[in-house]
Amino acid sequence: MTTTAHDPGAPSAENPGRADIRARTLRRDRWWLAPLVNALGLATFVVYATIRSFWGSAYYVPAYHYLSPFYSPCFSASCVPGSSHFGAFLPAFPPWIPLAILSLPFLLGFRLTCYYYRKSYYRAFWMSPPACAVSEPHGKYTGETRFPLILQNAHRYFFYVAFLISLINTYDMVVAFQSDAPDGSVRFGLGLGNVILLVNVIGLWLYTLSCHSCRHVTGGRLKHFSRHPVRYRIWTTVSRLNTRHMLFAWITIATLILTDLYIMLVASGTISDLRIVN
Amino acid sequence: MADTTTPDVVHHTYDVLVIGAGGAGLRAAIEARMRGKRVAILSKSLFGKAHTVMAEGGIAASMGNANPRDNWEVHFRDTMRGGKFLNNWRMAELHAKEAPQRVWELETYGALFDRTPEGKISQRNFGGHQFPRLAHVGDRTGLELIRTLQQKIVSLQQEDHARTGDYESDLKVFHEFTVTELFKDGDRIAGAFGYRRPTGEYLCFHAPAVVLATGGIGKSFKVTSNSWEYTGDGHALALRAGARLINMEFVQFHPTGMVWPPSVKGILVTESVRGDGGVLKNSEGERFMFRYIPDVFREQYATSEDEGDRWYDDADNNRRPPELLPRDEVARAINNEVKEGRGSPAGGVYLDIASRRSTEFIRKRLPSMYHQFKELADVDITAEPMEVGPTCHYVMGGVEVDPDTAGTVVPGLFAAGEVAGGMHGSNRLGGNSLSDLLVFGCRAGAGAADYLDALAGAPAVSEEAVDAALAEAEKPFSVRGAENAYTLHQELQQTMNDLVGIIRRADEMEMALKRLAELHDRIPKVGVTGGRAYNPGWHLAMDLRNMLMVSQCIAMAALERQESRGGHTRDDYPAMNENWRRELLNCSLTDGPDGPQVHLEHQPQPAMRSDLFDLFELDELKKYYTGDELGGHRADQGM
Amino acid sequence: MGYRAKFEVWRGDSTGEGALQPFEVDVNEGEVVLDIVHRLQATQAGDLAVRWNCKAGKCGSCSAEVNGRPRLMCMTRMSTFDEHETVTITPLRTFPVIRDLVTDVDFNYVKAREIPSFAPPEDLAPGEYRMSQIDVERPQEFRKCIECYLCQNTCHAVRDHEENKAEFAGPRYLMRVSELDMHPLDVRDRKDAAQEDHGLGYCNITKCCTEVCPEHIKITDNALIPMKERVVDTKYDPLVWLGRKIFKREDLERKHATGKRSLDDAGPDNGSPLPADSIGPAGT
Repeated sequence: MTTTAHDPGAPSAENPGRADIRARTLRRDRWWLAPLVNALGLATFVVYATIRSFWGSAYYVPAYHYLSPFYSPCFSASCVPGSSHFGAFLPAFPPWIPLAILSLPFLLGFRLTCYYYRKSYYRAFWMSPPACAVSEPHGKYTGETRFPLILQNAHRYFFYVAFLISLINTYDMVVAFQSDAPDGSVRFGLGLGNVILLVNVIGLWLYTLSCHSCRHVTGGRLKHFSRHPVRYRIWTTVSRLNTRHMLFAWITIATLILTDLYIMLVASGTISDLRIVN
Repeated sequence: MADTTTPDVVHHTYDVLVIGAGGAGLRAAIEARMRGKRVAILSKSLFGKAHTVMAEGGIAASMGNANPRDNWEVHFRDTMRGGKFLNNWRMAELHAKEAPQRVWELETYGALFDRTPEGKISQRNFGGHQFPRLAHVGDRTGLELIRTLQQKIVSLQQEDHARTGDYESDLKVFHEFTVTELFKDGDRIAGAFGYRRPTGEYLCFHAPAVVLATGGIGKSFKVTSNSWEYTGDGHALALRAGARLINMEFVQFHPTGMVWPPSVKGILVTESVRGDGGVLKNSEGERFMFRYIPDVFREQYATSEDEGDRWYDDADNNRRPPELLPRDEVARAINNEVKEGRGSPAGGVYLDIASRRSTEFIRKRLPSMYHQFKELADVDITAEPMEVGPTCHYVMGGVEVDPDTAGTVVPGLFAAGEVAGGMHGSNRLGGNSLSDLLVFGCRAGAGAADYLDALAGAPAVSEEAVDAALAEAEKPFSVRGAENAYTLHQELQQTMNDLVGIIRRADEMEMALKRLAELHDRIPKVGVTGGRAYNPGWHLAMDLRNMLMVSQCIAMAALERQESRGGHTRDDYPAMNENWRRELLNCSLTDGPDGPQVHLEHQPQPAMRSDLFDLFELDELKKYYTGDELGGHRADQGM
Repeated sequence: MGYRAKFEVWRGDSTGEGALQPFEVDVNEGEVVLDIVHRLQATQAGDLAVRWNCKAGKCGSCSAEVNGRPRLMCMTRMSTFDEHETVTITPLRTFPVIRDLVTDVDFNYVKAREIPSFAPPEDLAPGEYRMSQIDVERPQEFRKCIECYLCQNTCHAVRDHEENKAEFAGPRYLMRVSELDMHPLDVRDRKDAAQEDHGLGYCNITKCCTEVCPEHIKITDNALIPMKERVVDTKYDPLVWLGRKIFKREDLERKHATGKRSLDDAGPDNGSPLPADSIGPAGT
């Protein structure tokens, strides 16, 4: 989608024979509200996620094994001790490299190429179109036919990685149900942080599994459901989740921010975790 | 504004002209094209918008998928019974025999019907059909039929494109085109004349064969399920070309049309609602249909609510509920309930499926009904009953045709679908319309192709005829008359609705004929404003002539037939009379003092072939036939 | 119940020039916008052009833009407007106007012809087709389409960019490709063509087609995105791509399969008494 200056009220010479209506739109409802809200919501997340990814501290609560999803998996020697659930086999990073450099680009790619987020940011930021039956401010439009937007077709490969990362997030969530006893041993523990982590992981799974690519690879690509009854059942379930993909996309934005923020506040000692058991 | 110069006429030459792009027209065009003819389809609305899309229930064809006991003989019997034995038996026979093949063919064009568990085409119950017989797609079967045929036309065009480089070389659709006149050379058809609705451009087609597939006449009535196109164009064109119309007194009022809000009054509520468990109730909550089972049907219908309800699950051991009686019976019953003060506030009765079926079932089986009531009337049919009443739906009468070729008495003129008469007798069964379109559309296309193969020399269109047709079409622009086409149309509709409607009386019909005669004098005085480009006032002025002509046919035939049968109910002759079963009424045009006039004649109904006659039990035939006609039956042979 | 409403109706001709014309007209309970247009025709503007057929949301003829939103006029109830509101009716903006509210929608018929038709299996006779309900349900959803062209009108890829009309089939016809690709018995492979011939890549899934669909077909989620994913299967899967590069193996046969031929090259001269063409004056 190349940008060129363009008169929104397209002159009829360009559009032979069309009704010569100069107004950009005759809609009278608040059509600009949805793209505005979307733009604010997405911008908030991008700003927050960027700052936190480069923050480099206050992402792990050793006593309760809480690890922020923005730092998982943490493979670098720079990681706080205990936060590397799968070993720290990478050397120490300079501060301008996020510690979760192995997962963040894929998570970013997964959301960037997501069929829902595409709609959202094409409308909100690119205004292509800002709303239905409201003309867009571009003179030329090639959609996703060429580089770079043709890369959107890579969504399913990001999905495969995101699926693995969701497994890692699940592991992080499970190990956090332990707390260190005063004697140094590890015992079962439950705090508000666990509940938040759990909600976040459920949200991430719902978002990941409701993905359109997931719907396709589990069963959508089949021509004959009747010959694959199990995949048909899976497809039916994923399809049902898929109708709420937008909802899950926004819920996970909220839970990711909430989870990271909570862990940051606890890890930095600003607040203390509300413990329920141990 | 209208320019005063004489407009140009553009000429085209084809082998076959198909007028109408509904199910029958498209099937005829496909058949003629596949037999190697160059075909033009002339359609009043956009390609793919034909009124066929409104058909909801399904296509009747005895494929035996739902009940293996079904076969063409059963279907034939049901059709004859439904038409009260006034049907052209040969048409009913061909229809019953060929319908399955025509439906299966649609699958090879890409149609996707609902399926049985074995993967065959699913079939549903419908009024008057002994077994589940209607191939269907939810409740939008007509749309599937039109889209399938439309896509088959496109597929043929793609084949032509591969061969000639031009999609439209041999099969072309002229949509939004109105035909105003047919041309003849001697007694043979030579072509047609009309105008493009968007531009007003005049076209003259040179073609030795014309298939009429223009549908019905519903727009002559005020409350109708028919769209604006249904102005009886084909009926009128056939009359003016010298063909005859039969059975015009038989007009089907569908029992269930919407009655509220007023602006949608008449829009169809599919019979599938009843086929899938919906019941009719009056304002007292009574399932009144049990009181209206006529003697001729007493053996086939349940007499208690319990038995009727059991039938939905066990059709072999129970009789069907009376809500599924043929349409004429149900329409009359509703009419009577309302008349006796047991109607709903908007003047209908209640059709209730909400209390009998789950929300999920209703939304799955009747999605477009759910949608229609939700959006147009703000009624949730899964929670509340619908208000329904009779609406003018279908004309059984039409152009008299030869059953095998669909040819009329005019060489080169063919007719198929609703515009043709005879097939349905005095009343059409639901589901028999779509199969009629396919069976006789196909036969008309084949008939036209065969006619061309045997034709010696091309008939020619004379220049005088073109000039006359042009002058006739231009007339409304030069008339500075005071008459408004919209007002006259409303008067015509009101007259037909009130005086030649669902229940008829001699004095009312005489009054109707008088009013129609007045309209006959006023219609030529209709003037229009604006130019030729997409001018609805002009379009209506042209269509009014046709509506008037068919209305006169209906009123004259209805006055003449002194009995009640199927879609013709006389208050003053409430009983069916077996002597009238042998009589057909036909309309033709004869020259009168002020131009052509509708002329009515009696003609005998041809006797049924004996092997078909023997398909019925003597006891049943006795209800319809006079004693001396029963001699040939197998039961009598031994004596 | 009834009230007098203010309307503005766009009136103009095929040059595209025209203007909104104000009307005041009676509105009764339960009426839809199309009723009001008909009342204008019958009482104030006998030549006001409007296209309509069934008046029940089943034929898709009366598409227009009401207060700037693409709608079927027969399915837009007057009760959705405030009594003091001026209701504006304009023709579809993406297609050339014929007159007043009627536009020339031939673009859609041209695009329809560019989609290769259903290619039936060669070894099945009519009557032998067997399909499961669960297999036909997906394409059946798309066959609910009433071809109102509201999606074609709303899609910004052509609405705002006339030049894309040549390359882009539009949501309705990409859905048709999807429908055929999901048809349990269609034998043609349509994936490459979807991207290369019909412009699937122009779709940026902003979902306006789905928003305006009067049949509530989930065009984007159920037809376009699955089709994009199917294209990824064959075009953007690195392994498939590599295999194709190495073995030069394109499944050409399936790509061009048409199933049974129906005309068998039957030219239109089998016994026809007329020459194959001829457009001439009367009587020649």
